[in-house]
Amino acid sequence: MNIFTKAKGFWGTISLVVIFSVVTQFLINGGTLNSFYVNALFSIGINIILAASLHLIIGITGQFSIGHAGFLAVGAYISAIVTMKLGLPFPVAIVAAGVAAALAGLVIGIPTLRLRGDYLAIATLGFGEIVRIVFLNIDYVGGASGMTVTHLTTWPWLIACVVITILVIVNFTNSTHGRACISIRENEIAADAMGINTTLYKVMAFVIGAFFAGVAGALHAHNFYIIQPTNFGFLKSFDILILVVIGGLGSMSGSVIAAISLTIISTFLSNYPEVRMVIYSLVLIVMMLFRPQGLMGTKEISSFLKMGKSAKGGVQHDGKNTVA
Amino acid sequence: MTAKTPLLKVENAGIRFGGLKAVSDVNVELKQGELVGLIGPNGAGKTTFFNLLTGVYVPTEGSISLAGEKLNGQAPYKITKKGISRTFQNIRLFSDLSVLDNVKVAYHSLAKHSILSSILRLPSHFSGEKEMEEKAIEFLKIFKLDGVMHEMAKNLPYGQQRRLEIARALAANPKLLLLDEPAAGMNPQETEELMNLISLIRKRFDLTILLIEHDMLLVMGVCERIYVLDHGQLIAEGTPEQIRNNPKVIEAYLGEEVS
Amino acid sequence: MEQFIQQLVNGVSLGSIYALIALGYTMVYGIVKLINFAHGDVFMVGAFIGFYSITILDLGFFPALLISMAACAIFGVLIERIAYKPLRNATRIAALITAIGVSLFIEYGTIYIRGAQPEAYPTGIVPLKSLEIFGVKISGQSILILAVSIFLMIVLQFIVHKTKIGKAMRAVSHDMDAAKLMGINVNNTISATFAIGSALAGAAGVVFGMYYTKIEPLMGIIPGLKAFVAAVLGGIGIIPGAMAGGLLLGVIEALVSAAGGSLWRDAVAFIVLILILIFRPAGLLGKNVREKV
Repeated sequence: MNIFTKAKGFWGTISLVVIFSVVTQFLINGGTLNSFYVNALFSIGINIILAASLHLIIGITGQFSIGHAGFLAVGAYISAIVTMKLGLPFPVAIVAAGVAAALAGLVIGIPTLRLRGDYLAIATLGFGEIVRIVFLNIDYVGGASGMTVTHLTTWPWLIACVVITILVIVNFTNSTHGRACISIRENEIAADAMGINTTLYKVMAFVIGAFFAGVAGALHAHNFYIIQPTNFGFLKSFDILILVVIGGLGSMSGSVIAAISLTIISTFLSNYPEVRMVIYSLVLIVMMLFRPQGLMGTKEISSFLKMGKSAKGGVQHDGKNTVA
Repeated sequence: MTAKTPLLKVENAGIRFGGLKAVSDVNVELKQGELVGLIGPNGAGKTTFFNLLTGVYVPTEGSISLAGEKLNGQAPYKITKKGISRTFQNIRLFSDLSVLDNVKVAYHSLAKHSILSSILRLPSHFSGEKEMEEKAIEFLKIFKLDGVMHEMAKNLPYGQQRRLEIARALAANPKLLLLDEPAAGMNPQETEELMNLISLIRKRFDLTILLIEHDMLLVMGVCERIYVLDHGQLIAEGTPEQIRNNPKVIEAYLGEEVS
Repeated sequence: MEQFIQQLVNGVSLGSIYALIALGYTMVYGIVKLINFAHGDVFMVGAFIGFYSITILDLGFFPALLISMAACAIFGVLIERIAYKPLRNATRIAALITAIGVSLFIEYGTIYIRGAQPEAYPTGIVPLKSLEIFGVKISGQSILILAVSIFLMIVLQFIVHKTKIGKAMRAVSHDMDAAKLMGINVNNTISATFAIGSALAGAAGVVFGMYYTKIEPLMGIIPGLKAFVAAVLGGIGIIPGAMAGGLLLGVIEALVSAAGGSLWRDAVAFIVLILILIFRPAGLLGKNVREKV
């Protein structure tokens, strides 16, 4: 694993992303991409961030957190307060949203440390609901009718946040810290015994995951003109969960691919929300019955690309089969 | 720590779960470099005792000290950092990680690069990761697992998995190594290889080893001293010869004295 | 004081409904260690079946109740056989995700078929007079709910402790493999558990419809979650725990609502949940089970 080939791959990907971003910006400016497509694109971007952030918590660290919409809500409302009530610029709102959500992640992560599996799931679901109900009851942010928010999310902000999110999470994962989290997922008792501070890493996963969900919240709030507590209930949490599960628990590429494809599908089905949910729920059930590892399992796209290049034939084992 | 201070000193340690005393009034002393066995019938509390030593359970009575330092109530990962490492009765490998990554996890507590440095891909991250990789590979070579270092741990045959668990436990750089039934499920040849491996690592890493086993050949063959546990209490202690002929031990295993 | 007793009565009525639903959660969790997310939706289906029995089939309250219970029992067994049985040896998370999928499927399937609009149970199906005790007016409906709930719980206790199937259920809850070795048909026992639990949820649905009148396809979500909290509060897997937890939760909610926090009433259940999980995860009546290391 030559550090130069890795670096080449990295800078190659970055150049592709830059080219893609610039081209898209031109298309938007020129009006070639009408508002329908732009909206879809923005939804895809926000969902990628949400899926990636949840992937860190569930896929990598094995903490079954199904209240993610709570972090999204915190980010959305805090960012809205920053721009609409305090009159501060958008970048401040984004950072504030992330930090506030990260604090929420701390608040949720610490008490739930002792909980496993089912119990953790229900506790996080409960927290998500408590967050929603709290905002429902605060008149300062409009209570049940919600808040109107100026449209400030632009393509550069969106793509920058998506890239930063993916970069941070991938870098975290491909390091000893990511391995520590994976060891917790695989066997928490053994991880403890091998010297991993499981408390620290579980909370860290929540904090980082929540941070980016908060960032997504800021982008969401300033894109859809209005935010209401009903947008952030457990149905939204399930929406995000579905992305990560179908993509494959443990695969960042899977989460991204699922986020893109499922957002596209749901955009086309936006006039038939029940049909969308019926199809999604069926896919979820069928997937768990027949392919519980989802689309990608714990593999990443890089392992598939390497497999194609193998001259010897057969599967090339080169350490790229895991995320770390 | 002087030459006289034992490495591990357990005094009157015990734990009760509700009304049940799983382990009570256990006194154990291990000197640096010893290879000691812990035997007893099933359910005697041997693994529970290990769990007390490693911090999985907090003793409700008594004290546990390592190199003179009291360990009671500390978190497991801290106890590992202080120098106790272990393997498990039912193998607990990180199945979806490679063999190499399993060992790297044990090195984590010695890593010097922070989360921030990894996220920002600072030079300290790259040098830290490189160091971990090199040390881990060297380690695997000792255990003859370097050939399969990129295999998923779950794909290894049973014997190699057991070896990997020991390798991983050692990578955590312990002073005291606890082995929980390392020979379970092994045939005589594998057991003999295991005995050689244990002797080898003991010398090479200057280890103190406490070994739970049911395989009497292994225990009598490598252990210098043996403790016997039954119903959570120590019923005997001594050399293999002494234990072999101890009527209380025979009774515990067979249920009645064999004349 | 009257207000207080009135709220207590409300709380007990509400709590009985939670208890009936919670019983299904706790029985299923006790036997297959699964949080049946779809259970709240069985409650919803029961409410609708009761509604259609009364309005379309022109039946009385009790026949509607029985039909709903029977239909839900079958529905519950179907769900178990199709979606949960294949995953009995899978990870807990896979089973939980499937349960979420089933729940969403039932909810949105119902909306797809009949639309999302609510229905109203006809009032006065059961001609009841209210009682006056110590100056507090207790509606006939509250009494009926309590009576039906208590009756069903007594029947359940009888089944669990005095019948063969009940013994089998207890055995399988304790140790599925040992029960299998003893010759117990584990699959049928599990199906029976789902059937009974679902029947109780169906009954709760009809009772709910009669008491609160309004029913709609997403009505099962929040009561379902709260009933789960009730089951955890009492001690998951413990039947008297579900009853106690349900009643307690209902009373707490009613008192919070009366104290002026009606917008916070939904949060009560979740706050109770978090507190219980942190301070006493085994529940009020439960015992701690440690993971074997």
